[in-house]
Amino acid sequence: MSVKARRWLIWIGLAVAAVVFTYPFAWLVSASLKPRADVFDNALIPREWAPENYVTIWSAAPVLTWLTNSVVVALAAATTVTISSAIVAFGFAYFRFPGRNALFGLVVGTMMLPGAVTMIPTYLIWNELGLAATQVPLWAQNLFGSAFYIFLIRQFFLGVPRELFEAARVDGAGYWRLFWRIAVPLCRPALIVAFVFELRASWSDLLRPLIYLRDPALFTMPRGMKAILDQFGQAGESRWEVVLAGAVITTIPMIVAFLLCQRYFLEGVATQGRKG
Amino acid sequence: MARRETWAAYGFLSPWIIGFAVFMAGPMVASLVLSFTDYDVLTDTRFVGADNYRAMLADSRVRTSLANTLIYTALHVPLTMVVSLALAMLLIRAGRRSAGFYRTVFYLPTVTPKVAVGVLFLLLFNGQDGLINRVLALAGVDGPDWTVDPAWIKPGLVLIGAWSLGSTVIIYLAALQNVPRDLHEAAAMDGASAWARFRAVTVPSISGALFFTLIINTIGGLQTFDEVYTAFYGSANQQTYGSDAALFYVVYLFQQAFRFLHVGYASALAWLLFLIIVAITLVQVRLSRRFVYYESE
Repeated sequence: MSVKARRWLIWIGLAVAAVVFTYPFAWLVSASLKPRADVFDNALIPREWAPENYVTIWSAAPVLTWLTNSVVVALAAATTVTISSAIVAFGFAYFRFPGRNALFGLVVGTMMLPGAVTMIPTYLIWNELGLAATQVPLWAQNLFGSAFYIFLIRQFFLGVPRELFEAARVDGAGYWRLFWRIAVPLCRPALIVAFVFELRASWSDLLRPLIYLRDPALFTMPRGMKAILDQFGQAGESRWEVVLAGAVITTIPMIVAFLLCQRYFLEGVATQGRKG
Repeated sequence: MARRETWAAYGFLSPWIIGFAVFMAGPMVASLVLSFTDYDVLTDTRFVGADNYRAMLADSRVRTSLANTLIYTALHVPLTMVVSLALAMLLIRAGRRSAGFYRTVFYLPTVTPKVAVGVLFLLLFNGQDGLINRVLALAGVDGPDWTVDPAWIKPGLVLIGAWSLGSTVIIYLAALQNVPRDLHEAAAMDGASAWARFRAVTVPSISGALFFTLIINTIGGLQTFDEVYTAFYGSANQQTYGSDAALFYVVYLFQQAFRFLHVGYASALAWLLFLIIVAITLVQVRLSRRFVYYESE
């Protein structure tokens, strides 16, 4: 095959794949703007525009409350996990102490522990604490760090020249100062990666909001979206145009966040493969 | 001095150590203990020995959900890996600038919340009016009733699941960028065909990434919940469709624990899932020793 023909094949292959990967978004947004009868007409540009779908959903459900809840929960989850994981990562990166390798092996090992397995006892813990029906269980576990982010941030901390730390030690700096004044500022990109990664994970979560949240006023957007689907999509009359508007509202904030910080999202994924 | 340093180190590690004890090790033990009880939150708890495990053996829905989950995973993982590798290889040949653009495009579906993916599944794969069947009709194929026909629900879910394979593509792309070029060139000089080079140079060089995505996608596949629950199970306590074709293991576990409050039974289900995941992972680790090549070794 000639080089030119190969280039064309690559180009066509990528273009086809790009359509397959983006078309569902275009379909989703376009269908959410169509009147009920046209949802399935598969025209990319609505023949008749129906922006009132968004008005319908806005008045039928506390969408603004759910969006706010999602923002609050996701920010709490991402902030706590970044700070705590950085603290632990520093412990592993800077210090030499007995049991370090075994303990770090354990941290890496827990990345494999399926969340579904600890789901029930974790619920019982929050129930004992009287917090089971609140948003606290959606983020508070992040106060204890998370294996993947510990791993990721540690890699960055290991790259800080040791002489920097030693010079600061000679100047009388304590360990906390080494962490806060040297390691953290030098490794800001890693912290951002952890932050945006957790933001995404938290924003998308459905299982935990289903388990913990009873009061619709506390719902996150995906949990609210599920409620909208139950109300408008399945029982009797299907008002898919309303459901679709809900799906768009659930999705768009993450798409915007991704497009703004894609470098950090993609770095996070790429590092995953370099584990171990 | 050295001792002070050790204390300081454990001080920094303490969040993780506490979290591990309270939210991992503790729950594992608790769920094991609970699995031998009839705990249901409301009434007194009794130890029932292995009753829950015996009941699981007799429970046809355990078998159904397990079979559904295993079939889904067995289709989902290879499809994801093969398509992702193909896309990553196209990307690596596409040149830096277009690679950056397509990387973004392929990753985009991954940031879409799974509830939205579930809704898209219901609509795009709709038997009568869905886009997928319209496209198939263009090719003269009469598409199945993806969201209703028990035989087609899982293949449909596998396809919509493949839509979000972006992270696997990114991982392979990162791995491919580290494949030594001179190795390829040397093999080409020796007259090795493209396929031979792919097998002898590319695959071994990225075997670490292949292995990692195998494990991660398998564990993820076995725990599939969000999109399936969104599409097929409502808050009205019952599933949307009559059949159990979309009864996945974690969906059943969730129902037992949080709908029917059979917490003891659900804990036994959780432990079975844990054992299955450990067993499959161990088999994969063993097999990988034959083909995973680490530079450091």
